[in-house]
Amino acid sequence: MLLVPSVLRGDSGGASKVEVALGQNTSLGDLFDAVAKTHPRLERRIRDEQRRIRRYINVYVDGEESRRLDGGATQLRDGSEVHVIPSVAGG
Amino acid sequence: MDTVLAIGTRKGLFLARSNDRLHWELTGPQLAMNEVYAVGIDSRHSPPRLLAGASHSHFGPSVSTSDDLGETWQEPDAAPIAFPEDTEASLARVWQLSPGRDDTPDEIWAGTEPSALFRSTDGGRSFELVRGLWDHPHRERWEPGGGGQAIHTVLPHPADPRRMLIAMSAGGVYRTEDGGETWQASNSGIKAYFMPENQFPEFGQCVHKVAFRPDTPDQLFAQNHHGVYRSDDAGRTWESIADGLPTDFGFAMVAHPRRSGVVYTFPIEADVKRFPPETRARVYRSDDAGASWTGLDKGLPSEPFYSAVMRDAMCCDNADPAGVYFGTRSGEVYGSADEGETWHQVAGHLPDVLSVRAAVVA
Repeated sequence: MLLVPSVLRGDSGGASKVEVALGQNTSLGDLFDAVAKTHPRLERRIRDEQRRIRRYINVYVDGEESRRLDGGATQLRDGSEVHVIPSVAGG
Repeated sequence: MDTVLAIGTRKGLFLARSNDRLHWELTGPQLAMNEVYAVGIDSRHSPPRLLAGASHSHFGPSVSTSDDLGETWQEPDAAPIAFPEDTEASLARVWQLSPGRDDTPDEIWAGTEPSALFRSTDGGRSFELVRGLWDHPHRERWEPGGGGQAIHTVLPHPADPRRMLIAMSAGGVYRTEDGGETWQASNSGIKAYFMPENQFPEFGQCVHKVAFRPDTPDQLFAQNHHGVYRSDDAGRTWESIADGLPTDFGFAMVAHPRRSGVVYTFPIEADVKRFPPETRARVYRSDDAGASWTGLDKGLPSEPFYSAVMRDAMCCDNADPAGVYFGTRSGEVYGSADEGETWHQVAGHLPDVLSVRAAVVA
């Protein structure tokens, strides 16, 4: 399940959560590939066209920042929660 | 008749509208919290279509369009501009949105960071990479200027679909005469003073802006990173027209929409001292294709002025007499309804201004 921050809910049809059916051996990248098909504008706010998570976006998988895991290759389990959190930056 | 002035800033797009070009009603920000490096007003449509190249610091770049003069904006679900997977590149910013020829009313060209050219045939909703330029053998030796490595100027020839000129920082001017299949560096006579040895290389110049009058596309004017130039042969060769200016540094260069040889720039003292000369807010105009220059400051602030004008933050409208506009890094916008003779403030206290475009609307 992808948890959508309020600032991006205009791109998720207002939804705070996007449910994605995960098969076995599903990675974080696979989840975003699935989101790209159902909510393409939401997905491209999070990843660039080379499927890299944008610099100032932090994606947490079950409470751990994905860059400290395996990035896009991070494996998800049934019931995993993926939080998208824009970092605090700018002025 | 109203005039619309689109003002792209660091934190969104503002629109100013006036029926006398003296008193303006300001609305915005739209696309709030997005850097708007590129704005376009496509007057081939009625009402004119507005285009904005907006980049969010967190959520990336995109292109939005409006067919109701900014009342509503449309952004496609799919990324309007995206690099193909095999390029391994990612779009950082859209620096330029240029409407194409009158006989192709849905053609829009985009210059981007990293340096690439994209073409839209559906009015700016989707774009395709121009491979001929992306595959240019010089590309790996193009270097970023201070603002990034970007194509910031796209000048489609107004009549000949085979011809186009683009400019990038740094890299210089390139032109095609075969519809974008092949591109030639076109910097003969332009100095790259920062090069250690050959200061007149084939390419690598840091051009800041190139402008032409659509009726005379073979006469071009360039503001460089130190250096102001004119070409009378469609960019094949260039000669300096900096004599008569207080300095040869600056970013903006704007051609008058109808009067031949009339151009505007906003000089800045030097690349290591980016204030207006004598800290005076002053536009310079040439009426004779750069043979002489006149400083224009009537109505501009008389106190010391420390702000600068970026490469796309100056423009003319398409009225007669032409209006001239510029926005500053300190968030002021000034306009002239009499071709630069007198100025008044259009807006103030905005985020820093990155781009302006103006047009008469019905």
